[in-house]
Amino acid sequence: MRFVLKTNYTQDINLFLHNGQRFWYGLLIAALIVAPFFLENFYVGELTYLFIWVIAGAGLMLLIGYTGLVSMGHAAFMAIGAYAHAVLFKLGVPFLPSLLMAALISGLLGAIIGVAALRMTGIYLAVATISFAFIIEKVISAWRPVTGGHRGFIVPEPVMFGLDFGSDLAFYFLCLVVVIAVMLVVMNLLRSPTGRAMVAVRDSEISAQAMGVNLVQTKTLAFTLSAAFTGLAGALYSHKIGMLFPENFTIILSIKLLMLVVVGGLGSVHGIVFGAVFISILPQLIAILRDFLPTWLAQRRGLEPLVFGAILMFFLMFEPLGLYGRWVKIRSYFTQFPLYRKSTFKRQKSYLRTERVH
Amino acid sequence: MDFISLGTFVQLLVTGISHGCLYGLVALGFVLIYKATEMVNFAQGDIMMWGAFIAFTLASYFGLSYLPVVILTIFVMALFGLLLERTIIRPMIGEPPFAVLMLTIGLGFVLRAIAGMIWGHDEKEFDTPYSIDPLILGQVSLDYEQLVVVGCTILLCLALYVFLRFTRFGIAMQAASQNQLAAAYVGIPVKNVVAITWCLSTAIAAVAALLVAPLQLIYPGIGFVVGIKAFVAAIVGGFGSLAGALIGGICIGIVEQFVGYAFEGAYGETSVYVLLLLMLLVRPQGLIATLQRKKV
Repeated sequence: MRFVLKTNYTQDINLFLHNGQRFWYGLLIAALIVAPFFLENFYVGELTYLFIWVIAGAGLMLLIGYTGLVSMGHAAFMAIGAYAHAVLFKLGVPFLPSLLMAALISGLLGAIIGVAALRMTGIYLAVATISFAFIIEKVISAWRPVTGGHRGFIVPEPVMFGLDFGSDLAFYFLCLVVVIAVMLVVMNLLRSPTGRAMVAVRDSEISAQAMGVNLVQTKTLAFTLSAAFTGLAGALYSHKIGMLFPENFTIILSIKLLMLVVVGGLGSVHGIVFGAVFISILPQLIAILRDFLPTWLAQRRGLEPLVFGAILMFFLMFEPLGLYGRWVKIRSYFTQFPLYRKSTFKRQKSYLRTERVH
Repeated sequence: MDFISLGTFVQLLVTGISHGCLYGLVALGFVLIYKATEMVNFAQGDIMMWGAFIAFTLASYFGLSYLPVVILTIFVMALFGLLLERTIIRPMIGEPPFAVLMLTIGLGFVLRAIAGMIWGHDEKEFDTPYSIDPLILGQVSLDYEQLVVVGCTILLCLALYVFLRFTRFGIAMQAASQNQLAAAYVGIPVKNVVAITWCLSTAIAAVAALLVAPLQLIYPGIGFVVGIKAFVAAIVGGFGSLAGALIGGICIGIVEQFVGYAFEGAYGETSVYVLLLLMLLVRPQGLIATLQRKKV
């Protein structure tokens, strides 16, 4: 572990702590740029999905990991983004404005839900979002003239500035650019006063309020941004899957996104990527698991939700900082080798004091 | 609504109230936990579904008659609550509320999947001694199942109110919820209080299950659907209030029935969720407000 002696404020808010980090992240980006030229098409496609999960995960991480609010209906915002973009783009709106408008529409709807639900405690948001998700599912299947209902909606090929981005390779780079942009926005947001206000709200609403943070405003902003990012991810997702059905965006997708942030590591930007990698390889893991299970169990319906739920519970109970937390622990074990102490990472318990007035 | 006859109107009203009572009953379970520990149990509906399947198994495979089924189901479910508390809830005491919320969401998924694996996904029927011909009053025919639901719910609600308000344990529960540390200092066994609260809550879920089973067909997804509506009911009524949960439940039960009737069954369920969002915009504290922020 390298310690940096900070001598001025710029150093304190730098995105990268030291040149070592700059080098490694530069290398990662370079690797991602050259990767598609060496990989098979299948893996390029999988990486593109990974980027889309990262964008959606970034949205949900802002909400759950940094503001401490749970949404059970983020699939709805992905659906809104996907359908809004697909419909607008088909109507002839240019690609980029259509993409941004999809994010905007999704964000605005998020803001409405947020204003309604966030004046009360966190549970209200969880119930409001899941209700919203049910309503959106119904609207998509019932509003046939626009969304095609259960017959599906064919998404046109992405064309930008007269260039066709329909090929796997071109779309890969498009998503890569969006992912980098989103990550920069998120990291910059988190070191700004707004981001710090969100963290303060997560850690203690009362102390945040005492320091002059406007609770409702901060939470609503967090939820709006979260919905907008997820909408953006949905817009890209629509091109990737090519055909939209209401069944693409059910509660299973919401729970998958929840799992992404929990498994990755609540409250860390790295966690978004770790979580996205995890849910990208999860289908393969489940397929392997099926081979090991006795046939009567493996063939049963519902193995997938069982695994999703179990993983969610496992991480919340035993590794609440997720894969990223585990990585930090392993790293510090080696960097501090003989001196590593398990209790360094012991979590502090807080005792309940209700905010209700009796 | 002048295009429906009086008979249909009363019929819809009674069905709505009985369904509403059911939502209220499920809501009572998690409101109780919320009042005592400020944890939110999103798996309450799925716990209820387990209760229904246990009752079904006892009745059909073991061939027990109704009364032993009722007693055994409630007993088994109370034990189940104790087990849940010991294994997954107690380690989470002191963790942030959103972590517990997500944990119970995960638990719900696990319970649903396991139930699907054990009992299959097809719908099952559960009969009771009072599943007999409906009571006919003029144009109106009332199912005894519905009347029993309403009666039991009211009784249970009153009993819980008395329990929380006047017994020693009920007051200890309130103390533990207001300030865990202070409650522990004055000698309240907070851990036991939490354990018994869970026990009680799953027992209530068992009662709800015994009442829902004859009214609807049982399938693994039922808990999720009823659970979410119970949450809507609790919020519409005012989260954290026992009476609120019941009143909210009855409200959404009635709205669901009438909207469903008006659109020929299409939008009944959706109307519940729309009602929630409208309610949050207009009166977020619910019909009976209990949540007030402390002033800093």
